[in-house]
Amino acid sequence: MSYSSFFWPLAGGLLIGLSAAIYLLLNGRIAGISGLAASAFGLTGSGISGLGVGFLGGILAGAALAASFLRFPIIEVSSSPVLLVAGGLIVGFGTRLGSGCTSGHGVCGLARLSPRSIVATVVFMSVAAATVLIMRHFPGGRS
Amino acid sequence: MNARIIVAGVAGILFGIGLVLSDMINPARVLAFLDVAGDWDPSLAFVMGGALIPSAIAYRIKARLQAPVFDISFHVPENRKLDRKLIAGSALFGLGWGLVGLCPGPAFAGLVFGRWEIVLFVAAMIGGMGIHRLFQNRFA
Repeated sequence: MSYSSFFWPLAGGLLIGLSAAIYLLLNGRIAGISGLAASAFGLTGSGISGLGVGFLGGILAGAALAASFLRFPIIEVSSSPVLLVAGGLIVGFGTRLGSGCTSGHGVCGLARLSPRSIVATVVFMSVAAATVLIMRHFPGGRS
Repeated sequence: MNARIIVAGVAGILFGIGLVLSDMINPARVLAFLDVAGDWDPSLAFVMGGALIPSAIAYRIKARLQAPVFDISFHVPENRKLDRKLIAGSALFGLGWGLVGLCPGPAFAGLVFGRWEIVLFVAAMIGGMGIHRLFQNRFA
């Protein structure tokens, strides 16, 4: 593993954590993207949230800024359209049913040692790894 | 435009920069991180590790505060119950994440780059959230 292979993930991770820290200490809330996204689209039952719209808009702006001035990302997607739709539906439904995703349960929940988030993170990491294992290494898998 | 929405925007910008710099935005690299039995690329563990440092410090600071700067109280869930919804929802999320390599944050950040694959995934993801909203009361 070369220096650059962990430098950028660490630098990006620190910024993501800083974002969660600011959002907690200034706004008093969890920086969980699935919840913010649902609230931005009015899918939480309490209307469209300005906080959700602001946070999601910020993510798009931040991604554009980073790509323009810091580091243009490589994006490699190998999934078929059917898989993209199925994956999107399952991720959208699952993160709402499970009350969080990588950010809310992972970055925020683990940091505050929430028992629900620890269990959620172990479950989604294990199932994701098992899914990749089956897709890639079992007979009849994709590659 | 109040202070809370500006804070959300600034936090979102930092989050978006972090997703691009860290490579979380690249599904191929995420799948390589999840591929523990293959040619495993463990480097994305540094994203979670790096993020947990400021986040954990912030929760230590929170413990000494009565309220956040721009609100009258904290809105951090106190629920500690492990239920079927949490487990089933997290398992489904893991399945979808492992199938494509995109979770919600990187999917939104990826929209900026105009790739149809990401647009399709995000549209389906919002659809999935909408389906949950429609049938929410049946998953008690």
